[in-house]
Amino acid sequence: MAKPSSKPTASASDVDADRRKFLVGTTAAVGAVGAACCAVPFVGSMAPSRDVAAQATVDINLSEIPEGEAKTYLWQGKPVFVWHRNAAQIAAAKAGDTTSTMDPEPDAKRVQKPEWLVVLGICTHLGCVPIRNDEVGGWRCPCHGSQFDVSGRVIHGPAGTNLHIPPYTFVDDNTLRIG
Amino acid sequence: MASLKPKAVEQNITRNPLKWFDDRLPLVSLINNSVGRNFPAPKNLNYMWNFGSLAGIALVIQILTGLFLAMHYKADVALAFDSVQHIMRNVQWGWLIRNLHMVGASFFFIVVYVHMARGLYYGSYKSPREVLWGIGVIIFLIMMATAFMGYVLPWGQMSYWGATVITNLLSVIPFVGDEVVVWIWGGYSVGDPTLTRFYALHFLLPFVIVGIVILHIWALHEHKSNNPTGLDLQDEKDFIPFHPYYTVKDIFGLGVYLIAFALMVFYAPDYLGHTDNYIPANPLVTPAHIVPEWYFLPFYAILRAIPIKELGVVAMFGSILILFVLPWLDSSRVRSARYRPLYRSLYWVFLLNFLVLGWVGSKPPEGIYVLIARFATAYYFLFFALLPVVARVEKTRKLPKTIDEA
Repeated sequence: MAKPSSKPTASASDVDADRRKFLVGTTAAVGAVGAACCAVPFVGSMAPSRDVAAQATVDINLSEIPEGEAKTYLWQGKPVFVWHRNAAQIAAAKAGDTTSTMDPEPDAKRVQKPEWLVVLGICTHLGCVPIRNDEVGGWRCPCHGSQFDVSGRVIHGPAGTNLHIPPYTFVDDNTLRIG
Repeated sequence: MASLKPKAVEQNITRNPLKWFDDRLPLVSLINNSVGRNFPAPKNLNYMWNFGSLAGIALVIQILTGLFLAMHYKADVALAFDSVQHIMRNVQWGWLIRNLHMVGASFFFIVVYVHMARGLYYGSYKSPREVLWGIGVIIFLIMMATAFMGYVLPWGQMSYWGATVITNLLSVIPFVGDEVVVWIWGGYSVGDPTLTRFYALHFLLPFVIVGIVILHIWALHEHKSNNPTGLDLQDEKDFIPFHPYYTVKDIFGLGVYLIAFALMVFYAPDYLGHTDNYIPANPLVTPAHIVPEWYFLPFYAILRAIPIKELGVVAMFGSILILFVLPWLDSSRVRSARYRPLYRSLYWVFLLNFLVLGWVGSKPPEGIYVLIARFATAYYFLFFALLPVVARVEKTRKLPKTIDEA
């Protein structure tokens, strides 16, 4: 058996270097595009499926929340706090406009009706559910100690942003639709 | 390229079946060269060198027990919690297999931490073993991902909230963070799609680790084991064959390991776990005090020590990724800490500091604990930052010429 040579058999003069370079480059490019196209369905399959994406709205009967209290509802697998604020709590939220400076936002911009505060019950740090904290009138996160005021604004880190506000509308005086 | 000349090939299958087979597929030779008679190992390895093979055995125990658990487990949010209880109560020997798997995970981490601390002390990461060390760090990272996803499977409160907090770490990725998290979840919160894909990956990744372990051993064979003196060994008389010398020593170490392992499995299987994980997952209530499994606590402490979310996440990942560049940070030519008085002091403080981080990671993030966590985090990174300086100013002890002289 002949000893195989590591050198290519064609001599250098036979090779059109530019043509070879072009072919290698285009083949690699087409291959890369093909690989990217193959990745699309697999990556896409991990995104929320149609039935999960379809569970978009939830209707809430507001008459079941007494004034001054908050209830928690599940929307898209996430807790939503709906707080029926009384006059004192609304006043405290207004007062907080000047003191909540970590992520400043006036209370008036965070509510559609002052007596109803609707926020996602998900700490903006790493996603735990905050618990009621009567000392500051808002919430405190049990995981890493973030605090939120009567308007769901962050007043103590490690969270850096206010509790998010989900999209919602008042269908009538007694019904709130989240989503 | 290897010679293509025909070797003397055994033709008679009955005369010497083993050689006949080996001449056609050199499997026996491969084992002999990898962990057998033909693999030379330094003759002065101490018991700290047992932990590499122990880690391999711990991995095999996890794969075997996991396979049998997979025959009974159901990856569905409605069934997962109950299927684990079914394994514990109804499946014959199910309690034993699950406890082996659960305690096995903790013991795997103990072994790997000791293995890494050994490498750190004796300078095993230094040239020419940088790639060997880097592959080890990759194994550690995949191991952490595997353990994290495994902990989600019983679908208890800690499973659910641990998964929520850890996946949310990815939301700090600029611009696309929130989309990435939704993609990982397969929904708008941790839920059924998340559990199912974590199960699939938890099954797959151990085999990926096996593959990378083979690369790890391959890289080890290129320059052989480091040794307690850290000297480059050239003389043949400095080596002894791996088999029988180190196979026997490793089996002895394995015996000690299995005794400790069995004590834990039979008498305190839940000691390192959290009672909250025996409460089914509830997306509406976060437990008052959530902590990860003990082996993640030091890194969890680093995450919480920094009051800015993005920086905390970067510091936490950075605390592991910095190990990749360790061989270049520590430019001292002397490998073993035996001959490096300054490095040795810093090393022991680093180890102690790592334990402090683990302890403070288990405490609530308030008051004095925050302060301790910040100092400990600072030292963790300071240790690495000091290494280039140490290499320059340190007066190392005189190195012996050979390991016999040491």
